Amino acid sequence: MRFELTDEQRAFGDALESLLSSADTAGVARSWADGDHGPGLKLWDRLAEQGVTMLATEASPVEVCIAFEALGRHAVPGPWVESAAYLPVALGREVEGVATVAAPPHAPYALDADVADAVYLAGPDGLSEAEVGERHASVDRTRHLFSVVEVRGAPVVEVRGAPAPSLETTNAFDLAALATAAQLLGLGERVLADTVTYAKQRRQFGREIGSYQAIKHQLADVRIALDFARPLVHGAALDPTPRAVSAAKVMCADAAYLASRTGLQVHGAIGYTAEFDLSIWITKIRALVTAWGTPAFHRARILESLVEA
Amino acid sequence: MDLELSESELAFRDEARAWLAANVPAEPLPSMDTAEGWELHQEWEARLAADRWSVVSWPRDYHGREASLVEWVIFEEEYYRAGAPGRVSQNGIFLLAPIIFEHGTKEQQDRFLPTMATGENVWAQCWSEPEAGSDLASLKSTARRDEARGGWVLNGQKTWSSRATYAHWGFGLFRSDPEAARHNGLTYFLFPMDAEGITVRPIAQLDGEAGFAEVFFDEVFVPDSDVLGAPGDGWRVAMSTAGNERGLSLRSPGRFCAAADRLVDLYRERPDARVGDRVVDAWLKAEAYRLYTWGTVTRLADGGEMGAAGSVNKVWWSELDIALHETALDLLGPEAEVESGWLDGYTFALSGPIYAGTNEIQRNIIAERILGLPREPKGAQR
Repeated sequence: MRFELTDEQRAFGDALESLLSSADTAGVARSWADGDHGPGLKLWDRLAEQGVTMLATEASPVEVCIAFEALGRHAVPGPWVESAAYLPVALGREVEGVATVAAPPHAPYALDADVADAVYLAGPDGLSEAEVGERHASVDRTRHLFSVVEVRGAPVVEVRGAPAPSLETTNAFDLAALATAAQLLGLGERVLADTVTYAKQRRQFGREIGSYQAIKHQLADVRIALDFARPLVHGAALDPTPRAVSAAKVMCADAAYLASRTGLQVHGAIGYTAEFDLSIWITKIRALVTAWGTPAFHRARILESLVEA
Repeated sequence: MDLELSESELAFRDEARAWLAANVPAEPLPSMDTAEGWELHQEWEARLAADRWSVVSWPRDYHGREASLVEWVIFEEEYYRAGAPGRVSQNGIFLLAPIIFEHGTKEQQDRFLPTMATGENVWAQCWSEPEAGSDLASLKSTARRDEARGGWVLNGQKTWSSRATYAHWGFGLFRSDPEAARHNGLTYFLFPMDAEGITVRPIAQLDGEAGFAEVFFDEVFVPDSDVLGAPGDGWRVAMSTAGNERGLSLRSPGRFCAAADRLVDLYRERPDARVGDRVVDAWLKAEAYRLYTWGTVTRLADGGEMGAAGSVNKVWWSELDIALHETALDLLGPEAEVESGWLDGYTFALSGPIYAGTNEIQRNIIAERILGLPREPKGAQR
């Protein structure tokens, strides 16, 4: 019984952290939002060199979660969940380049299909290649969503390990949901850290606003929520049952959302501007709360498994 | 990183489970805050101690079995899963004993720990005062030096002292240096509750039972041998108690996980889709607490300290306890107000965010010591 990351896992997280800290990811996200994928694809290659795209097939879900927490902390844009979590499991192999997938009903659109080398649609029988249709704007301006339609006559790639027609029960979906949970954890941690920094600097009524209990207690609640979401991510990574994955997704979504609401409130008007980088994090949190299974879906799945047990 | 139990931990679990299955009373005991219930709870402590289950993590010389932290968590999980009685000796074994182990003399350890382990002497915490609650350091009860008799004379009033109505011994902080301010000049004392000059006045709690009491001290003599730690060093000694009460030692996940399982059972008996999400959320909080605790155990086993994380822990378990019981009451519907184990548990849970340092104080600690936010400017100090 050792419920802590190993030194090796910690070192992997630190390496990603140092890469991303010096990569101006906020600038990368802004370019991506404006349709300039260049800096984002460059960063993609560097992360792929670090092994991020091969973790799902070559490492354990713990490493996947470490990577996605880092991606979340730095608000890295692009179809990472699709390329580094869902598709490697569904295809049974590492994805070369950038790939994306729509997996209705939980992921009805293919994220960033305009920049992907391969686009898939997950249906009841498996994956098929898909044609890219209409684009939809997301609350997160870095997420470019596309309707897709199946290419007629295209061969269907069977989803590995799918025991039932419903994709909800596949390992691919669960790893995607868990990776999203880890990403939310990282997003929430970053919003808390930045908000604490701001609360120590911003002065009103002659004092740092962070010295007021009205602010302190809200930030303490975010700290608590994130501290108790993290073990559910690691617990699910060690034993990714549908119940454990849903538990992680629900708690991380709740904690990150609390972080985003609190972060915006503590920043005040400056936080409500597109120009200030906080907007990148809080809009991504809002998008990911309902991505890869809404909180309602995951709660229902937990309840069902508890009642059955 | 793993959550696997070792062979010996599994064997320990099986042994605990078997003993509890054979020994836990079939019917719940009456409340420990009644005369009859008190006696039955004391007998239960003796039975636990006879087979070395009352204080599993203590040394063998004091009725323990030197269990590791992991084993202690396992034992607690089994204990509550088996529906075993609440621990009447809780304040002694979880709050005071760690201090006696750390700051007590060998003579004090030998004198106090064995009878604490068997439940022969049950201890009450005499901590708060009418004017010193969250601001504990403003306490006014005094200790006056009595060189001739070789000890101290206590005067003043303590309140909200859990178990004090029936307890045999008490422990508390008194101001031994009237010139020193706040955290300085306090001394930690141990005293028999039937000492001359001590008057106990029971206070009925929300549920009508005398779970706590006021304690009055009128010229109560305490010999030097019953001072814990150095005179004047009481705050430092006491704060390690506060860490114990807030942290792992008082609130293992076992009790909450057992309640979460019972909540799911209740939902199966009385499914109500309108309450389903809340059942899930209460269960999730318990599950998060269970896993979080394994992380804490790992860090402590590596030599880490609980520190301010104890405050994160305390806010979580106290709110979790209320969520579990509130949700059960919602499932019970109009039956919820009728006497039941859930109702007792709910009433007890309501005290959680208040005792052991209110959750507001805990949030201050989290904000200042973990997040590093500026300290609250303190008001004028006496």
